[in-house]
Amino acid sequence: MLDVLGQPVKRHEDDRLIRGKGQYTDDIRLPGMVYAHMVRSPHAHAKIKAIDIKAAQALPGVLAVFVGDDLKDSVGMIPTAWIPPNADMKMTPHPALAYDTVRYVGDGVAVVIAEDPYTASDAADLVRVTYAPLEAMTHPRDAMGPDKPLVHQEISDNVAFHWSVGENLDEVFASSEVVVRQEFRQQRLIPSAMEPRSAVAQYNAATEELTLWATTQNPHIHRFLMSGILGIPEHKLRVVAIDVGGGFGSKIACYPDEVVVAYASRALGRPVKWTETRQENFIATSHGRDHVHEVELAGTRDGDIKAIRVKAFSNLGAYLSTAAPGVPTILFGLVVNGAYKIPQASVDVYGVVTHTTPVDAYRGAGRPEATYLIERMVDLYARKLAMDPVQVRRRNLIPKESFPYTNPMGLEYDSGNYQGTLDKALQLVDYPQFRREQEALRKQGKYIGIGFSTYVEMCGLGPSEVAGAVGFQGGLWESATVRVHPTGKVTVFTGASPHGQGEETTFAQIVSHELGIPVEDIEVVHGDTARIAMGWGTYGSRSTVVGGAALHNATQKIIAKATKIAAHKLEVSELDVTFEAGQFRVAGVPDRGMSFANVALDAYLAWSLPEGVEPALEETAFYNPKNFTYPFGAHVAIVSVDATTGDVELMRYIAVDDVGNIINPMIVEGQIHGGLVQGIGQALYEGAEFDDQGQLVTGSFLDYAMPKARFFPRFETDHTVTPSPHNPLGVKGVGETGAIASTPAVVNAVLDALAPFGIRDLNMPLTSKKVWTAIQERGGI
Amino acid sequence: MRTAPFEYHRAHDIDDALEWLTRDGDREVKILAGGHSLLPLMKLKLATPTVLLDVQGVSELKGVTMEPGWIRIGALSRYVDLTRDPTVAEALPLLSQVAATVADMQVRNRGTIGGSLCHADPQADIPAAVLALDGRLIVVGPRGERRMTLDEFIVAPFLTVLEPTEILSAVEFPIPSGPQQSVYLKRPHPASGYPIVGVAITANVPTPGHLSNVRVVVGGMGSKAYRAYATESTLNEKELSPETLRQAAEVAITEAQLSDDADVPYHSQLIRTYVERALHRLYGGVA
Ligand SMILES: Cc1cc2nc3c(=O)[nH]c(=O)nc-3n(C[C@H](O)[C@H](O)[C@H](O)COP(=O)(O)OP(=O)(O)OC[C@H]3O[C@@H](n4cnc5c(N)ncnc54)[C@H](O)[C@@H]3O)c2cc1C
Repeated sequence: MLDVLGQPVKRHEDDRLIRGKGQYTDDIRLPGMVYAHMVRSPHAHAKIKAIDIKAAQALPGVLAVFVGDDLKDSVGMIPTAWIPPNADMKMTPHPALAYDTVRYVGDGVAVVIAEDPYTASDAADLVRVTYAPLEAMTHPRDAMGPDKPLVHQEISDNVAFHWSVGENLDEVFASSEVVVRQEFRQQRLIPSAMEPRSAVAQYNAATEELTLWATTQNPHIHRFLMSGILGIPEHKLRVVAIDVGGGFGSKIACYPDEVVVAYASRALGRPVKWTETRQENFIATSHGRDHVHEVELAGTRDGDIKAIRVKAFSNLGAYLSTAAPGVPTILFGLVVNGAYKIPQASVDVYGVVTHTTPVDAYRGAGRPEATYLIERMVDLYARKLAMDPVQVRRRNLIPKESFPYTNPMGLEYDSGNYQGTLDKALQLVDYPQFRREQEALRKQGKYIGIGFSTYVEMCGLGPSEVAGAVGFQGGLWESATVRVHPTGKVTVFTGASPHGQGEETTFAQIVSHELGIPVEDIEVVHGDTARIAMGWGTYGSRSTVVGGAALHNATQKIIAKATKIAAHKLEVSELDVTFEAGQFRVAGVPDRGMSFANVALDAYLAWSLPEGVEPALEETAFYNPKNFTYPFGAHVAIVSVDATTGDVELMRYIAVDDVGNIINPMIVEGQIHGGLVQGIGQALYEGAEFDDQGQLVTGSFLDYAMPKARFFPRFETDHTVTPSPHNPLGVKGVGETGAIASTPAVVNAVLDALAPFGIRDLNMPLTSKKVWTAIQERGGI
Repeated sequence: MRTAPFEYHRAHDIDDALEWLTRDGDREVKILAGGHSLLPLMKLKLATPTVLLDVQGVSELKGVTMEPGWIRIGALSRYVDLTRDPTVAEALPLLSQVAATVADMQVRNRGTIGGSLCHADPQADIPAAVLALDGRLIVVGPRGERRMTLDEFIVAPFLTVLEPTEILSAVEFPIPSGPQQSVYLKRPHPASGYPIVGVAITANVPTPGHLSNVRVVVGGMGSKAYRAYATESTLNEKELSPETLRQAAEVAITEAQLSDDADVPYHSQLIRTYVERALHRLYGGVA
C-alpha cells in the first residue's frame, strides 16, 4: 500500500460538498419546525421608544413575536471570551435583543416566529419600532474621548481597553540616526463566507435537553458559552456543526441569533430555524480588521533596524465579540517585529467601540495587520536610505542560526530559514532582470513595480498556559479519539472543527500512514459535542498543528496497545515485535506476524489478552502544544500600473512558503491560493465603508468588491521545509499564511511602481481612482 | 429578502398579455421576462407588483427575423441568444459583442434585451448598443403599435415612456449598407460587473483610413446612454491618425454627461481614455 503522507490525495469531503449532499445547518428539517426572522435596527444609534407588535402577531401563521424585554430576564448577556491582561478592559453588555438602545445598523430588536419563513419575513415588516435616532461614531480614533456620543454608558470615552507591551522607547528614537514615521489604515473587511449563518434549536421538554445546530467553527466553545447564556447545563446542551461553508473567523463568535432561536424553541416547544440572508450577513455577521496605526521605525544609516513603535486604534464595533479583544492585542502586538531581529519594540493599543457591526477575527486575525505595518515600514525605510528593499530585508532577517529566537515581546520563534525562502523567491523572479526592465519601461512612461513580503506568523494556537496568561477564556489544547473497530476500520473523533479546510482527508492520511491502513477505511468525525468529548475548534491555523498532533498521539497509543496484544498472540516479548505498514512481525522471523485488523479483532473478542490489558481498541489523546508554530516565507508581487486610468494589474505572484512538513500538498496549495486571494482582495479591492450616519454603504456585492478568480494571474507557489521542532508531526499551519503575507507584497509592488511620482503611501484598497488621483496630485504623467 | 405577496400568471400570447395588463386598473401588473432585474427589486420590496405576468411563453416576443433593410430582434431574446445567433453575429456584431460583456453566464442565460431596455438602468450595457446601432423600439399596447428611438424611449434612470398597459415587443435595427465597423469597450465595476463606462462606436468605412456615419455612444456614466455628437463630427469624413483620435477623445470630455454623484476629474478621464481606446480598436480594424 502506498504511503499517502505527503501525497496530493483528493479531498474525501468534496464529493458530498460539490454534489449538494452536504449537511449544512440550513439543510436541517425537523418535524414541527418553525422559522425565525429578525427585526433589525435601521439606525446605527438610537433609543428605542416603543415597539408595536400587534399587527405582526395578528398575521395568520405567526406564533410569537419576542422583543428585548421578553428575553431580558430569561437569558444572559452575550459574553466576550478574551480579556487581555492589564488592559483595564470594560465589558460591553450585549443583550440578545436590544431593549433600550440600538448600537449598530443590524442590531436585533425583535424576532418573529412563524410556521414558514415567508410569513415570518412578512410579519417582521409589520413590527413597528419607534426610534429616537442619535449621533453615531464609526471611526476608531475619532470615537475616542469623553465628549463623543457613547456606545455604552459604562464606557465613558468609548475606549473598551488600553493594552500595551514593551518599554518606553523615547530615548532610542531621540538618539536614532534615522526615523521613519507613517500612518496606516487597515480598512474594515467583510468576511463573506459562502454559507451565510444559520441556527436551528430544538428543546426537548421531557429531557430538558437543547440541541443547537449552528454555523460555528468551534461547537464546544459554543456549548460552553451558550450554557452560561441560556442557563442550560452543559450536559443538557448539544451543539452540532456538521458541514460549515467557510468561516474565516466570522463563525467563531457566539451570536445573538443563536441565543434567540434557543430561547424561542424553549418558549414555544417547537424546533426553530433561522438563516440569515446575504444582506444580513453584510451587517450582522462580524467584520474584520479596521485599525488605524501610527508607526515609527528607528534605524541606522546603514540599514539596521533598531526599534519599532506602534500606536494602534482598533475599531471593535458596537459590542465586544467573542474573540475580538485578542485580535488587535495578543495576535497583533506580539509580532510587530515580523521576521526581523529588531531589538526593541513597543505597542500601544486602544480598543475602541463604535456604532458599527462588531469586529472579530478574520483570516489571519491581527497577524495580517502586524505584517502589513512591518513590511510596509521596511520598504519605507529602504526608500529613505535609498537602499534596495531586498538588501534591507537581508540585513535584518533573523538568521537561521538564531533559532529558537526570542522576539522583543518574549515570543519564541520555533525554527526558520528566512533567507532560504527569500533566495528561492528571488531565483523565481530574476530580480536584477526585473529592475533593468522596470528602468527601461519607465523611460517609455510605463510603470511596473515589485513588492516583497518576507513574513513570519504565529499560529497553531496554542499552549493553554499561554492562553491563560494572555487572557483567552479557554484552553487551546486539542483532543483526538481513535476508535478501531473489530474489523480494523477506524473512526477518528477530533475536537478540531474543519469547515472547508480538508481535515477529513489530511487526518485520514495521518492515520493511514501511522496504522498502515487505507484512507478509505478511516472516517473523521467532527463538529458534534455529543460525539466528541471536548475540543476547541478550528481557527488560528491550529487544526493540523494541534488537532493533528493529538491524533498522532492517540494513534501511537493504539500502536502501543496493539503491539502488546500482538506480542501476546505471537508468544514473543513485546520488544521483539515490530510494526510497519500495517503488519506486526516478529523481529528476525519475517513470516511470523499478524495484521493490524487481526489484532483489532483479538482486542475486541478479548478471549486471550495479556495480563492487565483491557478489551477493545480505542484511545484518546489530549495534546497541549509546547509553543506556537511559526510558518514563514517570502512572497513577491509584480504589478503594472496604468497611469492613464490608475488601474493596477497583478502580473505575477510568487509565494515561497515554509509551513513545515506537508501532509497533503494539494490541500496546502489550496489553502495558500485562498489566502492569497483574500489578502490581495484587501490590498486592491475590498473595503467596508460607513457613511456619517453609520449606514454601511458597501452593503452588498454590487458595491463590495469581492475579488473574482479572473482578477488573478496563475499563482506561482513553492516551498522550503523546516519542520517545527516541537510539533510531533513537524507541521506549522498554513490556513492563514496567504492572507497574512500577500497584502503588503502587493501594496509594496504598487508603491514601487509609483515611486517615480514620489508617492510614498496610499490607503487600501488601491482602487484605480485612488491611484490615478494620487498621480494627478503629483503632477500627473 | 423576500417579496411581498403576488399573484403569478403565464401569458400564452400577446393578446392574452395585453388583456392582463388592461384588465384591472387597481392592480399593479408587472411583466416578468428574465427576472434578473425585477426579482432582485422585489426581494428588496422596492417593487411590489400584485400580479406578475410571465411572458416567457409568448412566441411573438421571441426570435430574430430578417426583413428587407431591417433585422428584428424579439424583446425576449436572451443575452445568450444574441451572442450565439449567427444572423445577429453577421449583421450586428456589436450587439453580440455587447451582450457577451453582460454579467456572467447565469445572468446571460436568462436576462433579455427587452428586460434590460425596459428596466432603463443607466449602468446597463444594452442601451449603448441600441443607440449606436440606431435601433427602433417597437411598443405594443391597447392602442396599437408605436416605434421610437432609444432616446425617446428612456426618459430618465429607471423610467421609460412605456404605459403600464404596454409591452416592448421587439427592437428593429437597420442593416448597415456597406462595410461597417463597430466596437464596444467596457470598463466593468470590480464589484458588480456593470459598466462604469461603456463606449460603443459604429461607423461606415468608405475608404480605408476614413469614417463616415460615425456614432459614438457613451453608456454607464450619465443618466442614460448618450451620443457624443461633437466627437462624432471631429471624426466624420476626416483623415484618421492617432492625433485625430486623441483630439476626438478630448472633445468627448467637453460633451460628457456625468451623473450628479460623479467624480468629475476621474470620470472625465475615463471617458477620454475609453473613447480614445475604443477608437484605436476601430482604427486598428480600418487602417
Ligand atoms: C448578477 C447580475 C449582474 C448583472 N450585470 C449586468 C451587467 O454587467 N450589465 C447589464 O447591462 N446588466 C446587468 N445585469 C442586469 C441584467 O442585464 C438584467 O437581466 C436585465 O437588466 C433585465 O432583463 P430581464 O429579462 O431579466 O428583465 P426582468 O428582470 O424580467 O424585467 C426588468 C423590467 O423590465 C420589465 N419588462 C421586461 N420585459 C418587458 C417587456 N418585453 N415589455 C415591457 N416591460 C418589460 C419588467 O416588468 C421589469 O420592470 C445584471 C444582473 C444581475 C442579477
